[in-house]
Amino acid sequence: MLPNIIDSISEAADRAADREYGPDGLNIVLATNRRAALDNAEKVTSAYGSNGDAMPLVGVAIAVKDNIATLETPTTCGSRILRGYTSPYEATAITKLRKAGAVVVAKTNMDEFAMGSSTENSAYGPTLNPLNPAHTPGGSSGGSAAAVAAGIVRVALGSETGGSVRQPAAFCGVVGVKPTYGRISRFGLVAFGSSLDQIGVCARTVHEAAAATYAMSGQDRYDATSANVPVPEGPPPVKALRGRSLAGITVGIPAEYFPDSLHSGVRARCDVAIEILRGMGATIKDVSLPHTSLAIPVYYIIAPAEASSNLARFDGVRYGPRWNSSGDLRGMYDATRTEGFGPEVQRRIMIGTYVLSHGYYDAYYRKAQSVRTLIAQDFASVFAGGVDVLFTPTAPTPAFALGSVNDPYEMYLSDIFTVTANLAGIPGISIPIGRVDKLPVGGQFLAKHFDEPTMFHVAAALEAAMGEEANA
Amino acid sequence: MAVTEVDVRKIADLARLSIPPASIPTVAAQLNGILRHMDVLQQVNTTDVQPSTGVGADGMPLRPDSVAPHPMNSTAPSLAAESRDGFILVPRLATHEDL
Repeated sequence: MLPNIIDSISEAADRAADREYGPDGLNIVLATNRRAALDNAEKVTSAYGSNGDAMPLVGVAIAVKDNIATLETPTTCGSRILRGYTSPYEATAITKLRKAGAVVVAKTNMDEFAMGSSTENSAYGPTLNPLNPAHTPGGSSGGSAAAVAAGIVRVALGSETGGSVRQPAAFCGVVGVKPTYGRISRFGLVAFGSSLDQIGVCARTVHEAAAATYAMSGQDRYDATSANVPVPEGPPPVKALRGRSLAGITVGIPAEYFPDSLHSGVRARCDVAIEILRGMGATIKDVSLPHTSLAIPVYYIIAPAEASSNLARFDGVRYGPRWNSSGDLRGMYDATRTEGFGPEVQRRIMIGTYVLSHGYYDAYYRKAQSVRTLIAQDFASVFAGGVDVLFTPTAPTPAFALGSVNDPYEMYLSDIFTVTANLAGIPGISIPIGRVDKLPVGGQFLAKHFDEPTMFHVAAALEAAMGEEANA
Repeated sequence: MAVTEVDVRKIADLARLSIPPASIPTVAAQLNGILRHMDVLQQVNTTDVQPSTGVGADGMPLRPDSVAPHPMNSTAPSLAAESRDGFILVPRLATHEDL
């Protein structure tokens, strides 16, 4: 039976436009277009009659990180340099979600060009964590994770370059998915680090996250790095998994993800989750990923290097406003980029330009690419040894307080358990596994390339077994 | 491999960023504060290790070398801050006084 799509989208659009979620409140939403949302809801309603079976997300309201191109709202990447910019085309992921019956109701706040781990780097002000507004929602997809946590939508799109979906999902107590590199087209995702970027999903449940992930999946002629692999069937609903055995599944526990410095509350919640997995019949196996400690140095060479190249296109000629247009061309370039980019983006462009410059390329960039190979080989070796999924904490601490982390490198360390999956290209998911001092803790599963089905299966089983304990 | 103030000026020039002279020592200190954490990579033996150029096992797939329509719903000049007659307008590269 056709759900009342118009009403449900209208209600979601109202929530998205509520002052509580705008700049005077939690600052989650950067833009809405109620008229377009209702028009699209009507189109979904019309299409459902002839194509309902192919619409697994019929009537689902979604929020979209502001670095994913949409036609009916601006795409600013949280930056002054793209203030007011509206893309002339939309991301393939958005096209696929619309075909699946979903309707975009909001664009969400983010760290500028996805560079940050707290959503404090947005040119439009920081997003506050709905569970405790004195704390950050994580980042860079903090607006999307917060939109789900606040109940504006049940599904929101984010993007991952080093953990930017999983870390905010953990901080906000929602599910966060980073698919295998190549699973979802990057066409229409504003490029940050092209060998690392993937569109990801924040959602209330593993089942909803999986449904949205698969709806966006598949090879795309507009992204040569999208993979020609079959798109799996969605997982069964949570109810069907409750009490289900994990016999035959081997869960690896990598020692390097449980250092002495790990927050004691995070460790305790992970211990509880591991015992539940064991109780469901999974084999728990201690493993080692020996190059893990090198992941942050590697990531913060490779990602800025790729960013310095990708962001060269923002110079005032195309895309958004320009500064000093009465001067000469070079003056316009310099003024536009200096006025348009914020401090963290400028810092990363400088680092990236430096590590790619003559005399430093081999010492930094080429060296980092070689160590990246070793990190990927660590995962390949563990999975070849019979491990089906790895389980780790998603972040080393619960959500930190706004303004409490001021040293750039200290902020980078909050990605320490997530960047490895981006460097290796494997899929990962964060799910809530309890709370510490009323702040959520996330547990992360990592799987082999394109083995999202096993990852979703184990994550959904743990989610079902934990029940209310996951958010208590 | 410390970043010098000369390096900062050179990188900023390459990156098309204007850094006020008074801020250059601060920027150099910030970059050095970050890059010193990268020095640990020099201790890793990567002899015989192929650098990753991507994450796919098969490398970058090729696609047919053919023209395909781009799914634009407006023209390219609409992307620009200024345009006229279908062309993007930019400031002059040089003036007669410069020549």
